[in-house]
Amino acid sequence: MALLDRSARSLLLAEMLSGMSLTFRYMFRPKATLNYPYEKGHLSPRFRGEHALRRYPNGEERCIACKLCEAICPALAITIEAEPRADGSRRTTRYDIDMTKCIYCGFCQEACPVDAIVEGPNFEFAAETREELFYNKEKLLDNGDRWEAELAGNLTADAPYR
Amino acid sequence: MAELLHVYVLPTVIIVAEIIAIIVPLLVAVAYLTYAERKVLALMQLRKGPNVVGWFGLLQPLADGLKLLTKETIIPAGANRVLFVAAPMLTFVLALIAWAVIPIGDGVVLSNINVGILYLFAISSLGVYGIIVAGWASNSKYAFLGALRSAAQMVSYEVSIGFVIITVLVCVGSLNLSDIVRAQAGGWFGIPWLPGWFVFTPLLPMFVIFFISGLAETNRSPFDLVEGESELVGGYFVEYSSMVFALFYLGEYANMILISATTSILFLGGWLPPLNIPPFTWVPGPIWFALKVAFLLFMFLWVRATFPRFRYDQLMRLGWKVFLPFSLLWVVLIAGGLVAFGWLPERPV
Repeated sequence: MALLDRSARSLLLAEMLSGMSLTFRYMFRPKATLNYPYEKGHLSPRFRGEHALRRYPNGEERCIACKLCEAICPALAITIEAEPRADGSRRTTRYDIDMTKCIYCGFCQEACPVDAIVEGPNFEFAAETREELFYNKEKLLDNGDRWEAELAGNLTADAPYR
Repeated sequence: MAELLHVYVLPTVIIVAEIIAIIVPLLVAVAYLTYAERKVLALMQLRKGPNVVGWFGLLQPLADGLKLLTKETIIPAGANRVLFVAAPMLTFVLALIAWAVIPIGDGVVLSNINVGILYLFAISSLGVYGIIVAGWASNSKYAFLGALRSAAQMVSYEVSIGFVIITVLVCVGSLNLSDIVRAQAGGWFGIPWLPGWFVFTPLLPMFVIFFISGLAETNRSPFDLVEGESELVGGYFVEYSSMVFALFYLGEYANMILISATTSILFLGGWLPPLNIPPFTWVPGPIWFALKVAFLLFMFLWVRATFPRFRYDQLMRLGWKVFLPFSLLWVVLIAGGLVAFGWLPERPV
């Protein structure tokens, strides 16, 4: 009887037809596609995108040139040079990130004691040449100024879980 | 001079015009079949498919064609240049010339020859040469393996296609494609307005076999292991680029349309309306024909969206150990039934 059942099923293409009815029903389901440049998906506050150097509200840069980020960077993407400023405070003279080396692991922002280097929500920073991806201090501070609202928002949103 | 004009020039001009009237809509259909395929696959996979170029992405096939036309034709250093370029042309031309005998409506056919079905069968068998020549001329192991698979696959499935055609022929008594359609015009169980299409007769299993063999014959999924990208990169056209590649693609899709047209002529009553009563009979035959072809093409895409690819031994088992004995049995049953009940068709004049 089982043999009869099995051969009837395969002769009448029962499994094939049930598979095809499934795909046919899926044809009318709502689509999962996001119309990307016009619609964007949700990003977690922990999203690790383009880097930025932040400032204090009074405009003073946060980075104190402790070089912890440079030390922890597994891709050796960060280069820092520092010397005392005229007012005696310790600041960087050079803060470069090679974005072509960076692996976006987020260790730099974990290591930073003053929340100066952070990875922001921006992931649309593709460039046409390699040189444009060698970020210097000016570019990073500029990023910080442009994204400060989102960066601060993400840090407060994530703070209860740290 | 007047004789020259009437005997040679005028008929040639008329034939060329007829050919263009067939080829141009066919090529447009091929272009939009690629669009339909992407759209149907996308919908079944919960995606949206092309929707950026033009309304609903309707200009996408034009954009694709333009892209391929402007690309460089790369001919590999070790390739046989003449055969390498000739193979895609062969595939494409073979996919087009078969349309000469396809009756689009009652009497609407370029060449109403009495061995139409044999001509179709011969042309579709020649299709394998385009692929095997391409595989050999590319001088690449992947292309060659793809071509070998294709040759074996197409030969295996042509055997059962042959038996399917024979069953239809013993029911019709003619090799003329228009006669095959006309034989399906009669009613069903003596009710004249019901369709007498062969798909509603004991020939139904033959329809299924013909459709599945058609999938294999055109190297379509789930039998597309000719171009099995996971093991053969791209199959017989790995080395092809630009317009020669596009010719292969156009040929493949034109072949799909051809097989659908053949299936609708053999089993779905060609240009005949589904019910032989007024609202249906007002619609002209070529539109019914186009609708049937479109339905079968949708089946091609639907099957592609549903089934995973066959393994090579499964493909051969299905062809030789399932379809061949089954179609042979059915030929005997149908022919025996016709003889036993004295239903053998009169030979149409």
